[in-house]
Amino acid sequence: MSEHNAHPPSGDSHDHYQGHHGEETRPGHSTLKGYMIGFVLSVVLTAIPFWLVMANVIEGSGLTALVILAFAAAQIFVHMVYFLHMSPQAEGGWNLLALIFTLILVFIALAGSIWVMYNLNVNMMPGVMSEPVLEMQSQ
Amino acid sequence: MTTNATDATQNLPSSHFYVREHHPEQGTLLGFWLYLMSDCLLFAALFATYALLSHSYAGGPSGADIFDLPLVALNTGFLLVSSITFGFAMLQMQLKRVNGTLLWLGITGLLGAAFIGLELYEFSHLLGEGFGPQRSAFLTAFFALVGTHGLHVSFGIIWIIVIMVQVKRFGLTTDNSRRLMCLSMFWHFLDVVWIGVFTFVYLMGVLQ
Repeated sequence: MSEHNAHPPSGDSHDHYQGHHGEETRPGHSTLKGYMIGFVLSVVLTAIPFWLVMANVIEGSGLTALVILAFAAAQIFVHMVYFLHMSPQAEGGWNLLALIFTLILVFIALAGSIWVMYNLNVNMMPGVMSEPVLEMQSQ
Repeated sequence: MTTNATDATQNLPSSHFYVREHHPEQGTLLGFWLYLMSDCLLFAALFATYALLSHSYAGGPSGADIFDLPLVALNTGFLLVSSITFGFAMLQMQLKRVNGTLLWLGITGLLGAAFIGLELYEFSHLLGEGFGPQRSAFLTAFFALVGTHGLHVSFGIIWIIVIMVQVKRFGLTTDNSRRLMCLSMFWHFLDVVWIGVFTFVYLMGVLQ
């Protein structure tokens, strides 16, 4: 309904027309061009991290990990925009709001778990971070 | 005067319902999006578990020992191509072409089946080597995360088959189009989760 308020005079009858034909409520979103752009981008964004790891391009696994994580984030963004048709306007903004809320929860769950458990591991075994002790602990 | 007033009150609820009538259409898509977001939280929990246990090998194999990257790359390709073929099915649906929609849905389903087939091959290979989920905490978390994603894809394939029968029998009705849009979101969402899996589990597993 917020779309009614967004375009009051001319958009109103237009919205009513679309309301009759439910499946056409988001007409401009699915286009061949959009899908092809998304597909080409995601193929490139998939191929590069696989190549980086399989050909061992970058010295140092830490840097490689950061780079492929950045590629993953970019590809998730591409999928959200071109395949899932995410936009600030979708469903009057509620889609985006739910997504942002979920991302915050996911960040808290992931970062919080890793942070807390890492500190727990370190503090429970001060000074004995050698390999045999670690293995005993996990068995 | 009185009749006018009655007319007005009679018109009011009907126009009210008229405005409300097309609301559930959007409500379904928004509701399904909320389901996907809660599914996202489920996967976040599994990813967090894997992140914590990914180095607990218990003397067993590490990711670098057991992951076959060319196989994973092929599997990723299957899922990626299935995303675009589902997009083609949606474009055919917009053009009201029943056969085109069915064709692309069928191809999508086959690509999904190929993905599941390769994943089952990988799992059976690992189990045959004695690297099942009971071997180490790392393998438990690995099978839980990748297996849950595989289960989602399997149910997606079942859903594709069901919707193909529906479209075949009843055509591209408003109901079926809405269901297809939900299924489309579900399928693309699984591809998004797979981006996290192949990056975080496979590629970073081989790096260490």
